[in-house]
Amino acid sequence: MLLQILGTFAVLSLLAVGGANAVLPEMHRQLVVLRGWLDDATFAQLYALSQAAPGPNILVASAMGWWIAGTGGLAMATLGMLLPSAALAWGVAGLTIRLRHAPWLRPAQAGLVPVAIGLMLAAGLVMAGASAEAGGWLAPAIVLASALVVWRTPWSPLWVMAGGGLAGLLLG
Amino acid sequence: MPSWTTLRFAASMVRPAWSRALPDLPAETHVPTRLDLFLGYLKVGLLGFGGVAVWSRRVVVEERRWLTEREYAELLGLGQILPGPNIGNVTVMIGRRFHGLAGAVLATAGLYAAPLAILLGLCLAYERYGGLPGVATAMHGIAAAAAGMVIGTALKMTARLRLPPEALAVLLLAAVAAAWLRLPLPVIVLVLGPLSIAAALWRAGLLRHG
Repeated sequence: MLLQILGTFAVLSLLAVGGANAVLPEMHRQLVVLRGWLDDATFAQLYALSQAAPGPNILVASAMGWWIAGTGGLAMATLGMLLPSAALAWGVAGLTIRLRHAPWLRPAQAGLVPVAIGLMLAAGLVMAGASAEAGGWLAPAIVLASALVVWRTPWSPLWVMAGGGLAGLLLG
Repeated sequence: MPSWTTLRFAASMVRPAWSRALPDLPAETHVPTRLDLFLGYLKVGLLGFGGVAVWSRRVVVEERRWLTEREYAELLGLGQILPGPNIGNVTVMIGRRFHGLAGAVLATAGLYAAPLAILLGLCLAYERYGGLPGVATAMHGIAAAAAGMVIGTALKMTARLRLPPEALAVLLLAAVAAAWLRLPLPVIVLVLGPLSIAAALWRAGLLRHG
């Protein structure tokens, strides 16, 4: 069972171009539809649970692993999700170090920068949309204030998070 | 899609003076020790509500100055197109760059240690009480703040990097394709990635004859 969990998440790891949210539909197909390890409602609740914890969004896999097989499942899902893609990133990092004198490397890397920032902007907009659905009229105001503080000031985003949490508590 | 963002963004494009209003960070960077890598990423993981993209850049570029804005953005570009967690990939690459295998392992361990412990605690509470702990209203506010932080970080990077016009066009296309059209990310990366790389190579004079 634990090996099956490891294998399933290792495959998901290599399919996850764009990170956790991009692989979520395939994760649902593998875990709920194909293997029947959990049902729809549990999948959604574990997703929400993983979002309440800080850290990389990919930890949604760890929460699923925990539900399927306890602490061992959590360990296997986390390792399966991390190791293959980390090994690939390690290899690519080595390649960029070896090719660092190639004249085309830096321009080629620079070409990926706008794609990466565009996808980051999109992630923020999607998150903003989701928070507006859950949080009512207050959410867009918090999004706006938070974006402006992070963009236009050197203040730590910690204050933004604390302010957002407090505003949610007082007015939510 | 909130239209104010689009408006502000358009304004920042036609008025590049907006980007000059931000003081540039000093160019010099510091080489972190292995302990620095672990502790820096421990902070990133611990504070990363709603994802770690904001705090990873904040710690690496602004607070500890291990990399310049441009170096970080280039690693982020690679981390995005590779499969797996984007910032997880960036963490491995930064760790390897400074301290090889030990650096990659320590930075990654730092990133996941605290969140995994907290997640396990939440899972146990979920098992015991059959629902989420009563933090829902505060979490709504934090989720909204996290969304704004991600948007603000993307705008800040764009302003600081002074991208050429064709790169800004790619950035907007990627954002619209992902946020509005909801196209799958692999499709966006496969279409816009090669296009954008070709544009960058052309700008560097590598695709022109003579």
